[in-house]
Amino acid sequence: MTSMPESESFVLLRLSERRFAVAASDIAELVAPSRVFRFPHQTKEVEGVVVRRGRIVPVIDVAARLLGRRLTARRFYLIAQRRYTTGTEWIALPVTGDCELIFADMIPASEADLPHVAGWLSHDGDVIEVLNLNALTPGPNPAPLRAPATEAPQQEAFS
Amino acid sequence: MRLPAPAKTLPVRSEQIILFRISGALFAVSSASVQEVRSVDTLAGSAREIPPSEIRKVRHMVQRGEHNLYVVNGALHFNLPTSHAALVFVLRRTRTALLVDGIEKMTTMTRLQALPQAFCNEERGWYRGLTAIDQIVVPVVKPEGFLTPDELFALDSVVDPALTPTGDDVDHTSVSGNPVAGAAISELPSAFSNDNTLDSAGPIQ
Repeated sequence: MTSMPESESFVLLRLSERRFAVAASDIAELVAPSRVFRFPHQTKEVEGVVVRRGRIVPVIDVAARLLGRRLTARRFYLIAQRRYTTGTEWIALPVTGDCELIFADMIPASEADLPHVAGWLSHDGDVIEVLNLNALTPGPNPAPLRAPATEAPQQEAFS
Repeated sequence: MRLPAPAKTLPVRSEQIILFRISGALFAVSSASVQEVRSVDTLAGSAREIPPSEIRKVRHMVQRGEHNLYVVNGALHFNLPTSHAALVFVLRRTRTALLVDGIEKMTTMTRLQALPQAFCNEERGWYRGLTAIDQIVVPVVKPEGFLTPDELFALDSVVDPALTPTGDDVDHTSVSGNPVAGAAISELPSAFSNDNTLDSAGPIQ
């Protein structure tokens, strides 16, 4: 007897006219845009930081990489977990429309796919890329592709 | 019946910081890291221009005993538009004198969050972390991050190829732990002396 693949939950997000998916287990919350604090740095993907629940969270515009252009308007920030070799931290992804929680079967990415593609899923007649945030967003290399979500998010230099 | 003992409140660890501006951008530095604050004018007499080098952010040096203090243009260091520096921070336990536009105020931080790992380039050497002051996020600079050992070596080679100081033990002109003492206090903005005083308490390390 063969077992059917179990449906996983994903969050669909909209960047301009395109939709992408992220594993729901990687998403913390969807929040309204708040003030972005900017300071000098050299990581071009990072726009700045926002404060969310007492944490300082980097804002990363993934549209530049996925669409080839930065977002000019944004409606929400999707707060997601980004896994690093040393732990998990929150990141804020600007999105341009509502997000939707769906259940779907993911087809894993093939070797031909770009590193930021974790897989593909079919929804409402569209084929949608499932994003691998660890490959899509900046961080010290190498980053793990997926890891247990039990690490405490964020570190403090002192507390 | 005995009432439960009240929960002990842990003392909040805090650190005195100086908020300062370079080209409009706001930064913080631990006050314990600042040995002196001088106006650019008072430093000008003792500063010496150094030959052009690949380290563009350093154009002048000050001789302090056996050591050279290199004057770092903060705007160039952070890749900000050029600005008019009015003050110099002589940074303790480094060979750096940092040009800044002005001091915003002195205050206390109680929480320093590590720089998020999404910041993965040069800035990791620039900042100790981030703090929120009056609901504004401010990067806290790392005093030793303004000049790397390689940059110091390159500058020493330009200034005097025969001179190869180690850079250790340069804290030779301490002014009783207070960066403002002995400095050109009259040059400082009024907010500096009005609202805050800098005690000599050490920083959280």
